[in-house]
Amino acid sequence: MTTILDPTDERVPIARSVSPRPEAVTGSVALLDISKPRGNVLLDRLEARLREELPGIEINRYAKPTFTKPAPTELRQDIRERNDFVVEALAD
Amino acid sequence: MPELLPPFSLRDQHGVDRAFPPAAKSVLCFAKEDCPTCNLVMPLIEALHRDTTLDVLVPGQTSDGNATLIDRHDLTAPVLDDSALKVSFAYDVDTVPLVIAADADGSEADRLVGFDKGEWRAFFERHAPNLAVDWDALPDWRPGCGSLTQDPVIGERLRAEAENSPLRARRIEIAPADDVHEFLFDQGFTDGLPVVPPTPERVLRMLGGTRRDPQEVVATIPPNLAPATVEKVAVNAVLAGCRPEHLPVVIAALEAVCTDEFNIHGVMATTMGASPVMIVNGPIRHRLGMNMRLGVLGQGDRANSAIGRALRLTVRNVGGARPGGTERSTLGNPMKYTMCFPEWEERSEWPPLHVERGFAPEDSVVTVYAMTSGPSLIVDQNSRNASQLAGSFGLVMEGAHHPRAHHMGDCILVVCPEHVDTLKVDGYSKDDVRTRIQEVTAKRLRDLVADEVSGTGLDPQRAQAMSDEQLDRMAPKFASQDNIHIVVAGSEAGKFSGLFHGWASGPMGSMPVSRKIED
Repeated sequence: MTTILDPTDERVPIARSVSPRPEAVTGSVALLDISKPRGNVLLDRLEARLREELPGIEINRYAKPTFTKPAPTELRQDIRERNDFVVEALAD
Repeated sequence: MPELLPPFSLRDQHGVDRAFPPAAKSVLCFAKEDCPTCNLVMPLIEALHRDTTLDVLVPGQTSDGNATLIDRHDLTAPVLDDSALKVSFAYDVDTVPLVIAADADGSEADRLVGFDKGEWRAFFERHAPNLAVDWDALPDWRPGCGSLTQDPVIGERLRAEAENSPLRARRIEIAPADDVHEFLFDQGFTDGLPVVPPTPERVLRMLGGTRRDPQEVVATIPPNLAPATVEKVAVNAVLAGCRPEHLPVVIAALEAVCTDEFNIHGVMATTMGASPVMIVNGPIRHRLGMNMRLGVLGQGDRANSAIGRALRLTVRNVGGARPGGTERSTLGNPMKYTMCFPEWEERSEWPPLHVERGFAPEDSVVTVYAMTSGPSLIVDQNSRNASQLAGSFGLVMEGAHHPRAHHMGDCILVVCPEHVDTLKVDGYSKDDVRTRIQEVTAKRLRDLVADEVSGTGLDPQRAQAMSDEQLDRMAPKFASQDNIHIVVAGSEAGKFSGLFHGWASGPMGSMPVSRKIED
């Protein structure tokens, strides 16, 4: 029998559940640009389509300061407080 | 109130379990067969057992040795099998024979180490006054022998197994039917190459390389934001093949990469495939015997290879940055296994990297960089003066990332000794080299506009909106000459320097970070 010490952080992965899906898109939708090239192009198109198809909703645009780092806490809090939905745009 | 001796139960030569304390006055004699002094005193111990009411117990340190002792001295005293050395360890036996007289409650009354006739005689007068011993036949003094528990390898195993062991990491038992190496691969603990199994003994030995508390948290590693204790770093250093003296470099490097400036999360996650590159400066290079000469950026040197690998494995295993998870390199690169090397400070008259970065020459320092590729070779066997050679550096460096990618961030230029000599002829400083690189790479903005040859470059629409004067402005390759980090390394023969290309530099990406290496 060989005994070794665990080289990992020993966390048991916690399964994440998906938040409940509403029937319809209403209220505020956040569009988050992660600041990669052309991410804004994708979001511009998406915003135009949403305004066309869902004229009643409010759209808020956000951008991460840099794609290389996770979004700052304040930004995440702001998005959560002011919006009902969020679309995060990747790019490349 | 006297301190009680550790209770125990061991089996004697007749298969009987003998417990201590035995509810009567007793004498313990820790012994091992190959110790001449133990053999010298065995008849005295046997006499105590045979001719007094004392409960005599002889914990012997090897099974075979116990049998020999019994035969050699016709022992009827219970000789106990302490071949696991647990009791010897619990009693912190340093030297055998160790004789302890205990009261019935198990508290210590008296102690003898080795053989000093005067002390033994007094001990016998106190505990067995009626026993006739021919003291004249015995020598005045004989030293004892080292207890087996003091053997370095055995001692480490015992310390690792003891209840007060400094090890807290989860223990994983690998069944005898499993191949240890296959198990380590299956668990995802490796970088794809075999690792050294991190047994408790090895980890304990590794921890001997630092004065820091094993449970001290060195850093919090993303993406799991997991606390990396000194112990966890040591476990991964064992996996990587480090020696204990390498550990302080790994710890300092981990501290450096887990800063907001270095941004290890982005470095690991980027599709560009960045990886930490570690450069070691100061006296520790010599202490660890690091290779700074022939083949410095290649394989073959244990310290260079294992230290770099330990950092990567710690980030992978503790932080959770794994390819396919948060590590998303399009191509990756071999530096993702390891990239650590020292600067050959003595081979040039230039201030070494750590001194340029504000440390004292006698400090040992590790500096980490996020690099996406390298080393790519700069071949110049013909330039005979400094401005030509530094010009060559610039021409090759122009191609880093993309020839039109100007205003670039950090890069590392590794200057080989023959090139150092050429630069020295004209008295070039590191800054002179940097200035020359910026000079020869400077391009007019109008020459950097994206076109039909390549869609990368200055946006043509933006260029159109610029004045002629603006378009004639010169843009050097690097945003600042401070982005060119120069070190000396390599063998005496060959005019080949090397270049590492950086990643996104500055506060929006990754910045080089230096940390002093502390024991």
